[in-house]
Amino acid sequence: MSSQRDSKAEHIRHIMETEGAAVGTNTRGFNAGRYESVAKLSDYDGLKDEARAIKEDAIERLPELIDELTATVEENGGTVYLAEDAADANEYIAEVCAQQEADRLVKSKSMTSEEIEVNEYLEREGVDVVETDLGEWVLQVAEEAPSHIVAPAIHKSRAEIARLFNEYFEPEEELETAEELTMFAREQLGERIKDADVGMTGANFLAADSGTMALVTSEGNARKTVTVPDTQIAVAGVEKIVPTVEDLQPFIELIGRSGTGQDITSYISLLTPPIDGPTVDFDDPGAPVAGDGDDREFHLVLIDNGRLAMREDEDLKETLYCIRCSACSNTCANFQSVGGHAFGGETYSGGIATGWEAGVHGQESAAEFNDLCTGCSRCVEACPVGIDIPWINTVVRDRINDDEEVPMDFLVDGLTPDEETSGPGLQKRLFGNFETLAKLGSTFAPLSNWVANAGPVSRLLEETVGVADERDLPTFQRTTLVEWFDEREAIPPADPERKVVLYPDLYTNYMMVERGKAAVRTLEALGVEVVVPSVPGAGRAPLSQGMIDTARSKAEAVADTLDPYVEQGYDIVVIEPSDVAMFRGDYERLLGPDRFESLSEHSYEIMEYVYGLLENGADVDGLNVADGETTVAYHSHCQQRTMGLEPYTLQVFDRCGYDVETSDAECCGMAGSFGYKEQYYDLSMDVGSNLDSQLREIDADRVVASGTSCTDQIGDLLGEEPSHAVELIAPPE
Amino acid sequence: MSQQTAEPATAFEQFVTEIQRYDVGVTEVTPSEAADAIEGVIEQPAVGTALPFEGVELPDSVESEPTVGDLDAATTGVTAAELAIAEYGSIFLRTDELGSEPVSLFNDLHVAVLHADDIVQDMTAAFEHLGERARADRSSGILATGPSATADMGALVQGAHGPKRVELILIT
Repeated sequence: MSSQRDSKAEHIRHIMETEGAAVGTNTRGFNAGRYESVAKLSDYDGLKDEARAIKEDAIERLPELIDELTATVEENGGTVYLAEDAADANEYIAEVCAQQEADRLVKSKSMTSEEIEVNEYLEREGVDVVETDLGEWVLQVAEEAPSHIVAPAIHKSRAEIARLFNEYFEPEEELETAEELTMFAREQLGERIKDADVGMTGANFLAADSGTMALVTSEGNARKTVTVPDTQIAVAGVEKIVPTVEDLQPFIELIGRSGTGQDITSYISLLTPPIDGPTVDFDDPGAPVAGDGDDREFHLVLIDNGRLAMREDEDLKETLYCIRCSACSNTCANFQSVGGHAFGGETYSGGIATGWEAGVHGQESAAEFNDLCTGCSRCVEACPVGIDIPWINTVVRDRINDDEEVPMDFLVDGLTPDEETSGPGLQKRLFGNFETLAKLGSTFAPLSNWVANAGPVSRLLEETVGVADERDLPTFQRTTLVEWFDEREAIPPADPERKVVLYPDLYTNYMMVERGKAAVRTLEALGVEVVVPSVPGAGRAPLSQGMIDTARSKAEAVADTLDPYVEQGYDIVVIEPSDVAMFRGDYERLLGPDRFESLSEHSYEIMEYVYGLLENGADVDGLNVADGETTVAYHSHCQQRTMGLEPYTLQVFDRCGYDVETSDAECCGMAGSFGYKEQYYDLSMDVGSNLDSQLREIDADRVVASGTSCTDQIGDLLGEEPSHAVELIAPPE
Repeated sequence: MSQQTAEPATAFEQFVTEIQRYDVGVTEVTPSEAADAIEGVIEQPAVGTALPFEGVELPDSVESEPTVGDLDAATTGVTAAELAIAEYGSIFLRTDELGSEPVSLFNDLHVAVLHADDIVQDMTAAFEHLGERARADRSSGILATGPSATADMGALVQGAHGPKRVELILIT
């Protein structure tokens, strides 16, 4: 195990060193562009809903749409071939090339053609295949794989491309600038397109009503690829079909904004092939340009390759809504550090790649990188069709766990009383059973803290289960929040307007008890009656390890305990944002809609609740308001942000008179247990370095965060633990 | 779908503002001034396809029935745009038997000629038109916004495969 983790850590380190800088700059640029571009839309959410609804409907009716599209394309004079798998598709494509006696096929960018590896197949058949997208061409020359689904050569700097071209092509004058490199490529590829016999494109969307395909591009190579040769082959996954041309509209408005942050790309080709324009034969300069294009042939190769089975799989199905815009890659903190060569499988990369790889190439390909999704959920908000990408990652992780052979281990077995019938590895089970660990740690604190962080034990933990030696383990408190609350002597507010169950999440209850006490003081100061009953862990820890059965049994136990309170009119207030996200999001899948709804409706994040109390007339002077000018640097938790809860914290700070600046780092890099894992420690710190520099730049009097992970990570980065938001505003003891 | 703007602008004004964001030069003319305006922005040699607007002709210096050799040698291609979208600064270039697609694509400079009456407000309006037309005659076209561009070589460069520059002659 340990050596596997070591080699994974080594691979990630190598990618970060060689490709991390270029990937980071480019993806962060795209991500910032996305925020800017979607902000210009007057109804971004409405447009996303529209896009989502079209995809839901299209995938639901897919078999029927395939038939309709096939009939339409054939009526238009084209041919449709529904290929069962990659081999089937490649054989058909090779046959078309053979019939055309094609020496050269030029291609515009298509991930689906990467998926079926058609280039390699055709090369073996003696066809010269030329990628005409500049990024793809760079990779073809370099013999590398794409590191990003939209900008495939994102991992290469200009200087590297210049070096590559100068060595490979030996141009008369050395190429240096982006302009020189682009013009060189334009000329070289222009010549190759002129001689091409067949043009191959992908298709971003296919409208069944007219056979119209949309190609979203910027360079113009797809236009040339279609226009010049008389034979066009389009390779597209079956999921690209939408019912009508009008259905393309929301996607055209969203795809560029979501991906590279462009309001719209230079060219949206809306082709109904075979197209009615002339081919261009550069070998016949005397011929007129005009012509009716009657010599054109069109072959649409629709790729199944696992997709129709994905459609039958309730959890993978949503993957088919993906329009491959790359938003989930660009917004992902881990992806920003490593790119698709680490965060990717055989073909696809980024958060949604787990769904694609599991569906088209099989689980093993997804297993290679699935752990890099920490479930931070920033991609859910970025996804133009609202795919629950973290859930797909969790489900696939669970399925991968089921396939793992696990030795029964003497050390950890007692610590892992989970519901898993088969084996997540030791490391996952340790972190997944964090509740047991926390209880033991608290019982034996402070001795447990001393032992766990002591050299020999710390090293043993790293060797056996892979807990990074560099990390200090959480400090467990001897007296839990629940115990403190039971034992304290306090007079509850007379005639309270509201009654609250302060949920003792595992982190607050066993480790960060002070923030729990601060929450109690805050709520009571605002006239609320508070109870802190003993409630089981929310199930976030097992869920993050792909232990869904265990998470479900936790969720049921939580609901069993809290439902009676809800029935008696208590509100449920939660400090840990990742647990709020469980109550408001993941529990829908774990508990079913009915039980979910009542708990979800009555659950609040602590600062959201405080905001509501202040809005309803509670007196802010009962809180710890700022004296003079106190500046605060605030890092919101990733899931808190996805739930749209950050503004409440900022509003409360504002009302309390604090001068706040926020970080815009998508994630702290710790993300639950991720940063504690030996093999991901370096990546976690690299992600954190972005936040680190932002917080240092803000240089505030107080650093404040909301999540436990963020607190731990910022503590490790800055050398001093930040406060929780509620600790800042809580009245003194 | 509408984009927020500081002040309500007419579709015409908004279109002109948006297309200029992509470094497209805009010349507003009456039909009778169009030929001179085209002459003023083209770089020779130039090829073109017939313009479907009443009273609008290509200037004599533009080869209106080009051969493949003419196309290959040309610096400028002049074609008509069928439709424009105010909110995006986009123009729709219909593929036709005259060869407007290659003429608008292969040269360094593309001069597009648009009639102001053909500007629609938003993408929804554009797709209503495009959808109906696609179903009716199964034709094709390109929704083009600014010149060809790429960032694949490490910085944004205009003119990757398609035109490096676009000029718009806007007939009012």
